[in-house]
Amino acid sequence: MADTFLDSTELVLNMGPQHPSTHGVLRVILKLDGERVLGTECVIGYLHRGVEKIAENRTWQMFAPYVDRMDYVAAVSNGLGYCLAVEKLLGVEAPPRAQAVRVILTELNRIASHLLWLGTHALDIGAITPLFYCMREREYVLNIYEKYCGARLTTHAFRIGGLQYETYEGFEKECLEFCDLFEKKIDEYEELLTGNRIWQQRLTGVGILTAEDCKEYGVTGPMLRAAGVKWDIRKAQPYSGYEKYDFEIPVRENGDTYDRYIVRMQEMRQSVRIVRQAVADIPAGPILAKVGKVIKPPVGEAYVSIEAPKGELGYYVVSDGSTQPYRVRIRPPSFVNLQALDKMCRGALVADVVAIIGTTDIVLGEVDR
Amino acid sequence: MNFYLLTLIKMALTALVLLTCCAYAVWVERKVLAHIQLRPGPYRVGPHGLLQPLADLIKLLTKEGIVPSYANPFFYLLAPFLAVALALTAIVVIPFTPEFELFGVRTAIGLTDLNIGILFLLALSSLGVYGIAIGGWASNNKYSLMGSLRSSAQMVSYELPLAMAIVSPLLLVNTLNLREIVELQNGFHFGLLPKWNVFASPVPQALGFVIFLIAAFAETNRVPFDLPEAESELVAGFHTEYSSMMFASFFMAEYANIITICCVATVLFLGGWHPLWPAEYGSDLVPVVLLAAAGLMLLFHAAQAARRRKWDRFTFPVFGVLLLGLAPVFLIPVLKPVLIPFFWFVAKAGFLVFVFIWIRGTLPRYRYDQLMRFAWTFLFPLSLANLLVTGLVVALAG
Repeated sequence: MADTFLDSTELVLNMGPQHPSTHGVLRVILKLDGERVLGTECVIGYLHRGVEKIAENRTWQMFAPYVDRMDYVAAVSNGLGYCLAVEKLLGVEAPPRAQAVRVILTELNRIASHLLWLGTHALDIGAITPLFYCMREREYVLNIYEKYCGARLTTHAFRIGGLQYETYEGFEKECLEFCDLFEKKIDEYEELLTGNRIWQQRLTGVGILTAEDCKEYGVTGPMLRAAGVKWDIRKAQPYSGYEKYDFEIPVRENGDTYDRYIVRMQEMRQSVRIVRQAVADIPAGPILAKVGKVIKPPVGEAYVSIEAPKGELGYYVVSDGSTQPYRVRIRPPSFVNLQALDKMCRGALVADVVAIIGTTDIVLGEVDR
Repeated sequence: MNFYLLTLIKMALTALVLLTCCAYAVWVERKVLAHIQLRPGPYRVGPHGLLQPLADLIKLLTKEGIVPSYANPFFYLLAPFLAVALALTAIVVIPFTPEFELFGVRTAIGLTDLNIGILFLLALSSLGVYGIAIGGWASNNKYSLMGSLRSSAQMVSYELPLAMAIVSPLLLVNTLNLREIVELQNGFHFGLLPKWNVFASPVPQALGFVIFLIAAFAETNRVPFDLPEAESELVAGFHTEYSSMMFASFFMAEYANIITICCVATVLFLGGWHPLWPAEYGSDLVPVVLLAAAGLMLLFHAAQAARRRKWDRFTFPVFGVLLLGLAPVFLIPVLKPVLIPFFWFVAKAGFLVFVFIWIRGTLPRYRYDQLMRFAWTFLFPLSLANLLVTGLVVALAG
């Protein structure tokens, strides 16, 4: 077609880092043919702080608050992963009471993270109201955190070997109150969105990622489950006593944006289920295992991965026997999941790109570290 | 002489009222949206943010109007002017009240009595695309260009169902004059159900009304058809580069368009100034009761010691007394034939504006291709079928 007199080239559009819906400082360079996306390129690193390098000149305990700053909407999960990794290196296990409280807080954190995702995702699709409803419910979770450890967002809730703080008076009651309230609220969100025809049309068939694609890119979490793979580390390699609780892994088969939405909505319901079971049976006993004031793990290495709200969050820690980590390598789910963006966006429309970025549920603090 | 003087006065009044309405439509939108979303909305400037539009205006007036170096200055400056001028012009053909006698002159609220009013409106709404298209193109910005491309396609596509939806009630009334259209919708079925075009006797135009409303949402670029300015995709769409009063012009044009199209819907389908139910059953008392109730409610709340805001203790009684004082005005026999119809017109148009805002708080946004498919494969055939059925029934019955 080169000899036609109306010659046209592709339009290169720079989306971000300052753009309303790139969830932080993601920069996506789009190559467009009209409204159709021919290809994308992600530019990341605007929020790079060198977290892994910082770990090498902090003591084992001192590094724990830093991991909260990676995925700041799911700080508790980040902390749990790190604590589990160091505990594995030390060869200790948190006492049963600490494990139960950890599960409660982590599941509440999953709900808080998914709520923020739901609100911003709906906002990207053009529904502005659900964001405020989600924020209202998220506030309950954050209040529980605030009462428990004083912080709302970057909580630093756990310590290596267990917990720093005993639960406050009325903790169980407040968790149960939240569960009761929240189950009704999920129905409310679903009423606003799930059955909405515009919502369905915007999401169905958009950004399809098959199970094979997921495996190739290493995509995990709700995105993998939406593609039909029943893989949840809480079931596959239980940690922190998850084997004691009865819950299901929501799975869908198409792997499009709509299925990811449904999977996350159902995950919130399952989290409520887990919180109920855990609250009903918090064992008595100590909250901190004997790890000593100075932590000096034996020479060696350990890898622990947990099911964070966004996918598999892995910590690979290496000790040279000193008080400081020799190396901490983090496998952040957002970073790995973001790799599949180009695959999902090709052939989609500009409006879909926004929906796809939203459904990947990335947090740039975690992508860039 | 009298005619010119009267027209000048009416022009000044209409412009003043319309611009104020535009400004307060923004306030109402922000308030309604805020309450849907569990927020208080504007609250700081004046009592309950009532002076917010003024503050916004001053801010926008004093801002520097930036023309990007890569923009085409002539068209860049022309676009907002075109948009706002066309949007404000459309209101001239809307008849707000029936004719009445004032100082010996027969007149009405409403600027002109054009006998091709509908065609004039359609022409203006078609021209309205140019403001957006030129603005997006002249900005020389990729986001603006995409916004204006989407907008042009969307507005041209939705003009067809809009026009078709307008034509069907025209078949019933057989005139293009907006005043006559309203006058022909007078009366009640069974003495109760108003003979508006939505409930017209051979073929009720309820379907036409819904089509008109949907197309109106698209024509005014509102959710769920707000793609031209879809902020989560295109930053701000066609007006990404605009600042200061140039931006305010686009903004004003949008709200003026909403108000106009709500007025048009009222005239064409909702019987203009005719009341919801006959005057024998007390429809004339509705404005009195409403205003008195609002005034009493304000006074009641002013008496509550728990009112936290200092302002409220002062403004609530003032507004309360004002509304209570306004209520009996609707009972004065001389003013009654003007004010009661005017009230009903404003009430209906105002309700439609509220629906626009309500929808914005509820629905997500369509995608570009879905929007076009919806227009061409669903809305257009539907409006055509509506027109066909109406035409057939009118021909057979008439």
